[in-house]
Amino acid sequence: MLDIKNLHVKLEDEDKQILKGVDLTVEAGKVHAIMGPNGSGKSTLSYVLSGREGYEVTDGSATLLGEDILELEPEERAAAGMFLAFQYPVEIPGVGNMTFLRSAVNAQRKARGEEEMSSSEFLKVIREKAKDLKIDQDMLKRPVNVGFSGGEKKRNEILQMAMLEPKLCILDETDSGLDVDAMKLVSDGVNALRSPDRGFLVITHYQRLLDHIVPDVVHIMSDGRIVKTGGPELAREVEANGYAEFKETA
Amino acid sequence: MAMLKPKTPEPRALDLAETRISAMTLPEGGWAEPARREALERVRKTGLPISRDEYWKYTKPDTLTAVEAPAASVFDGKEPPVFDQFDRLKIVFVDGVFDAEQSDDLSLEGIEIERLAESQADIHWAKEVYGRLEARGQSLVQRPLAALNTAFATDGVLIRVTGKPSKPVSLFYVHEVETSDAMLHHVVKVEEGAEVTVLEAGPAAARFNQCMEVEVADRATFRHIRAQGRDHERRAATHLFGRLGEESTFKSFTLTANGVLTRNEAVLELTGDNAVAHVAGACMGDGDFHHDDTVFVTHDAVNCESRQVFKKVLRNGAVGVFQGKILVEPGAQKTDGYQISQSLLLDGDSVFEAKPELEIYADDVACSHGSTSGAIDDEALFYLRSRGIPEAEAQNYLTLAFLAEAVQEIDDADLQEAIVERISQWLFRRMAT
Repeated sequence: MLDIKNLHVKLEDEDKQILKGVDLTVEAGKVHAIMGPNGSGKSTLSYVLSGREGYEVTDGSATLLGEDILELEPEERAAAGMFLAFQYPVEIPGVGNMTFLRSAVNAQRKARGEEEMSSSEFLKVIREKAKDLKIDQDMLKRPVNVGFSGGEKKRNEILQMAMLEPKLCILDETDSGLDVDAMKLVSDGVNALRSPDRGFLVITHYQRLLDHIVPDVVHIMSDGRIVKTGGPELAREVEANGYAEFKETA
Repeated sequence: MAMLKPKTPEPRALDLAETRISAMTLPEGGWAEPARREALERVRKTGLPISRDEYWKYTKPDTLTAVEAPAASVFDGKEPPVFDQFDRLKIVFVDGVFDAEQSDDLSLEGIEIERLAESQADIHWAKEVYGRLEARGQSLVQRPLAALNTAFATDGVLIRVTGKPSKPVSLFYVHEVETSDAMLHHVVKVEEGAEVTVLEAGPAAARFNQCMEVEVADRATFRHIRAQGRDHERRAATHLFGRLGEESTFKSFTLTANGVLTRNEAVLELTGDNAVAHVAGACMGDGDFHHDDTVFVTHDAVNCESRQVFKKVLRNGAVGVFQGKILVEPGAQKTDGYQISQSLLLDGDSVFEAKPELEIYADDVACSHGSTSGAIDDEALFYLRSRGIPEAEAQNYLTLAFLAEAVQEIDDADLQEAIVERISQWLFRRMAT
């Protein structure tokens, strides 16, 4: 589903190489986790895949379902099925959460040449999905993420994911700022979206999220490369011993 | 009272005034005449604004002071007036002249409304307000265009609020003649404990000089929501004078879109303890557009709150100006004064000039002011685009987000929504073209 080959990325404004040849394949139906120390390039990878400005791809490729995504605008990648759950979701005052989500859903549908979702259908679907994430009416009506707690913001990210039904979901440090209860709620939301035709890339510094969202494959990233790949047990190994040994091998 | 030495007027400013005055006729007779004559003297003494005046540094006054109003083509936005869906008492002026045909019956419980042009009775409550607040507003900063208005305005409404009328009073200004030069003067007195909302909308005239004097008595409430635009060629100089009594509330919001030149002045005086005064503006300028908010808030009582919230979105060379001052008089302890002016510059051609000022003569006060200019936030733009929202649309949402703090100054949820709706229409219509 997602194929990354030999991806080299540097900062646009500086001569600083961040990704130094990443190879990664995420299959449909699988959850891949990327763990790594701060500064290893995990978040950069998520930004580069979703099309954030400020980075320059100097070598390599990334395709989603066979389509080269690196040339696409962020909104085109979204329409192609890419979704990034932000580490720090942005507050948008003055724009209702529902208005925002409805225009996102319909913009994607329009871009794919599909029929737009009617108001009533949208309301029905969002109410159902919001209920599962314990997001109340008030949160749906409030401006996007404004005055939301850390946990509410992350639940709101998962609600967006549920409404947009992406093919590939990237979760960037989704566990940061979450207490145990919020982590459970968010993880349940993610697990409910696991399906045979959807892939996940879960980026995290700590193993604890992976107790709730159990990955099929775990990669360790260090200094801009994937230095080790294994099963869920690799995450526990990191938890016990830290990243030091991987740094040395990198 | 803070002292400011009166400035010797420039001969050119005085000449300008004489030329303009000689081209107009002072309305005679009736209770307002003494106030008009005093105002005329004020203009004669100060002259009309010229570019060298400190308060006209960022805005060229020449087209506002000239004898002839520059022509403005009549604009058809092909959209219903912004407050049309509300139950309201509608008062219509066409090119600055009251239009009885298009206006509602002026009787409404809790409120007395009459035309300035028709109120000739010798004993009149408005005597206490007409030209009085305007004259007070001249003491530290000269506002000759307002004095000119007091002297020469022939039409306007006198609104005395004695209760809580069931609906807002809506002043709607129609522009029909390309060279019209309108001068309106409104007087509002909200009696003790009374409440009113005044709405204003419509292009008014090619050139519009407007004054509104608002006396808010103890425990009374005045709310004001105004929509200017999007008539591209209009020139307007408006003055809003407010004096607040004890525990009274004054809240004014203005939405402005385009207009080649707009100068909105608000001069508020908090004279009773525990009074609250908010004045806010959201403006969107595209192209040949110059928008100036000049605000002066004087705290002269204890435990009062004032807020100034001004937001301007500018593109294609549009210019925004903010001059805002909070003056805290000796003894005005526990003053809570807040002032923010911000611009969102959508390109490198647009300009925002801000002059925020604080002058404080009391020691137990909390006053803050801030002014910023910025571009669209890249992180927020990426967030919206990453959800599939195309760039232009995402930019519109972020424009709405930027204006939100000002728009949220409107208390009434329905009116707030109407304003947001109108801003959205303007933003998204622009995108479609």
